[in-house]
Amino acid sequence: MQKCARLLPEKLTVYTTLVGLLNARNYNFGGEFVEAMIRQLKECLKVNMYNEAVHLVRFLSDLVNCHVIAAPSMVAMFENFVSVTQEEDVPQVRCDWYMFAFLSSLPWVGKELYEKKDAEMDRLLSQTESYLKRRQKIHVPMLQVWTADKPHPQEEYLDCLWSQIQKLKKDRWQERHILRPYLAFDSVLCEALQHNLPPFTPPPHTEDSVYPMPRVIFRMFDYTDDPEGPVMPGSHSVERFVIEENLHCIIKSHWKERKTCAAQLLSYPGNNKIPLNYHIVEVIFAELFQLPSPPHIEVMYTTLLIELCKLQPGSLPQVLAQATEMLYMRLDTMNTTCVDRLNAFAKSHHILSFDRSDCLTQDLEKPKPKFVREVLEKCMRLSYHQRIIDIVPASFSVLSPANPVCIYKYGDESNRSLPGYTVALCLTIAIKNKASNDEIFSILKDVPNPNQDDDDGEGFTFNPLKIEVFVQTLLHLAAKSFSHSFSALAKFHEVFKTLAESDEGKLHVLRVVYEVWKNHPQMIAVLVDKMIRTQIVDCAAVANWIFSSELAHDFTRFYIWEILHSTIRKMNKHVLKIHKELEETKARLARQHKRRDSDDDDDDDDRSTDREDGPLEEQIERLQEKVESAQSEQKNLFLVIFQRFIMLLTEHLVRCETGGIDVFTPWYKSCIERLQQIFLQHHQIIQQYMVTLENLLFTAELDHHILAVFQQFCALQA
Amino acid sequence: MSSGGTLSILRSDSYAELSQYRDQHFRGTRYDQERLLRKSCTLYVGNLSFYTTEEQIHELFGKSGDIKKVIMGLDKVKKTACGFCFVEYYARGDAENAMRYINGTRLDDRIIRTDWDAGFKEGRQYGRGRSGGQVRDEYRQDYDAGRGGYGKTVQCQ
Repeated sequence: MQKCARLLPEKLTVYTTLVGLLNARNYNFGGEFVEAMIRQLKECLKVNMYNEAVHLVRFLSDLVNCHVIAAPSMVAMFENFVSVTQEEDVPQVRCDWYMFAFLSSLPWVGKELYEKKDAEMDRLLSQTESYLKRRQKIHVPMLQVWTADKPHPQEEYLDCLWSQIQKLKKDRWQERHILRPYLAFDSVLCEALQHNLPPFTPPPHTEDSVYPMPRVIFRMFDYTDDPEGPVMPGSHSVERFVIEENLHCIIKSHWKERKTCAAQLLSYPGNNKIPLNYHIVEVIFAELFQLPSPPHIEVMYTTLLIELCKLQPGSLPQVLAQATEMLYMRLDTMNTTCVDRLNAFAKSHHILSFDRSDCLTQDLEKPKPKFVREVLEKCMRLSYHQRIIDIVPASFSVLSPANPVCIYKYGDESNRSLPGYTVALCLTIAIKNKASNDEIFSILKDVPNPNQDDDDGEGFTFNPLKIEVFVQTLLHLAAKSFSHSFSALAKFHEVFKTLAESDEGKLHVLRVVYEVWKNHPQMIAVLVDKMIRTQIVDCAAVANWIFSSELAHDFTRFYIWEILHSTIRKMNKHVLKIHKELEETKARLARQHKRRDSDDDDDDDDRSTDREDGPLEEQIERLQEKVESAQSEQKNLFLVIFQRFIMLLTEHLVRCETGGIDVFTPWYKSCIERLQQIFLQHHQIIQQYMVTLENLLFTAELDHHILAVFQQFCALQA
Repeated sequence: MSSGGTLSILRSDSYAELSQYRDQHFRGTRYDQERLLRKSCTLYVGNLSFYTTEEQIHELFGKSGDIKKVIMGLDKVKKTACGFCFVEYYARGDAENAMRYINGTRLDDRIIRTDWDAGFKEGRQYGRGRSGGQVRDEYRQDYDAGRGGYGKTVQCQ
């Protein structure tokens, strides 16, 4: 039953009632159950399972309503929670959690606790108020979905909850939404003997403690959005809190089973008293847009909404349409990361079937036209270019994606005066005739090096023209499909590795790939991915390329950031993989030692045991080096990215200041939010570099606009 | 009081489970096959239009994770696309998410179907129907514009 309590929190009052009835019959059962729950709570807190812990606390507090736990002992536990805010030198997020655990249980048990111990509760609430007043909220802008406060402010989660509890108190703790089965059994339950909770000391803060990140409450609907139906509870009503908590819990319980999840959401009790469809849509978008990351994979939400529409074809699609319309209207102030997510969602849900002509009069870099362009590009990736051209009205053609064809500079007879043209022709014929790598090398020998002074005559130094001729020709020949291009990369891997040996070589390969395929961002992305995986280029080269002046024109396009984040993820996975290998090898060595120690009837002499250990120890040493080198590469990647951001943003800020123009252009908004996105999406890894970042890059001399982003990030786990 | 029923609902992951289908051409025991299916990162994708491209598949299936390889199914005679493909991921978890959230959704306006595959082997990219395409297109009676029109036996009448 404890498992049910933990895993089905949306049904907690059912289980507490059950425990209450069992306790009324058997006092010892109640005692043991409570003890077991406390043990579980302590365990959860020790291993950083804070979300589960909240549900356990709520369960315990509802047991007060079922006469299993005595109210005064519950108040005492909450007093210990709130006193965490008095601890010194602890992260704010620690205090936040204990505060949240206390406040979020009050909708269930506030009334009972206040009736029994009003003086103590008042004291607790006033301590809460003073804590909330003094806690810092620098992190909030980084987590908000919209930068505007209208029509609904994006409130910090504790602030919102506090407003809700204050209102609840004003309403004399009358809470009508939660289903309380135990009320029906009051006559039985009030006879039961109650248990006292043992004094609960919150486990101390340790270095390994990782507390939940702060959140911002996402709101997009209010009572004006469904004038026909039941009234939507206000943003500061406790009903709103409970409904949202329960809907989030349902998604958490059933995310793997989309049909079940949809059915469970739609069968949430109270269907005729609340505009359930609106709550569901709001909760789903809240998760989809959550910063830093959604709780579940993005594609789940799209498919879940499809299932919901299938189950309620008469009502849900309209709510969804209303929602997508609203989201489109408010694009101008939406966080860039969230716009990306909306983009991915949009094409499956016909966001473009409405009138979007307002974006035609705007500068193409503004959020709305940009959004439409990106959605059209994504639509094209899922179908094909001609279809997009056919369905997009002529007036919108400026927003249509380019025809994804390759641009081969040596293809036109008129270009025959270009240096390298003849070699390109030669190469083409050779490759078509299945030439070997060696033959390719000898053809390329004839390509002059425009950097003549750098050529030391020995072997292959950086020769941009060689790279240009080879890569252009090969990609053009392999242009037919991804598979053709991948085969080409594989077949001529040796040539690539040699030409791209130096850092400049790697950068130039990327430049040429872009020149050939700039009309086909999807192709660029898969080629870059393959080249990293086959070590033709490295992650740092990709980072430098993305920030290069050649790509400035595409800098705010979605595909660029897809590539960068994918690159960072590959780097992260690589480090984890080698680390895992190292740990596994160490474990093997440990097991070997153990086996030997237990074989003490063998008269081993030291030399033979050393010999056994030798190969494994060597392996461990090698892996250790590999791990260190990979971690250093990973750190370097982030430093390069941050450095380039700082350079780019500083340039813009200086230009604006000297020119007297407003800093806040669409480009600037996009760029600064992309910087935020790097911090947020990879926060766990970046935490390791705080000292370096603070001392080397994000120093006090930096422009305050840029420094603010760093400070917001620091505030997230402070 | 048994809570096994409720808990099993919570552990349920029916979309990611093995289906009843077992490839009859698989070389090895049933046991081997199932072992491979349970750790596979490769999915079979069916009911594609003949015109659906590798690029479209890459875009759709890329939503659940990084794709290692896409292998288009080909007509054995014509060597053109015949309405199925294999998608291989680097990580099984990504393939599972594809089974959970991409299986049963639309591509090129058709509901596509995914299933676990024991792993691509050379030769498996070809249709097994007598005419060169997939078996299902041999005997099908309906007209499907995205899959060559009528079934092969109907066409030959």
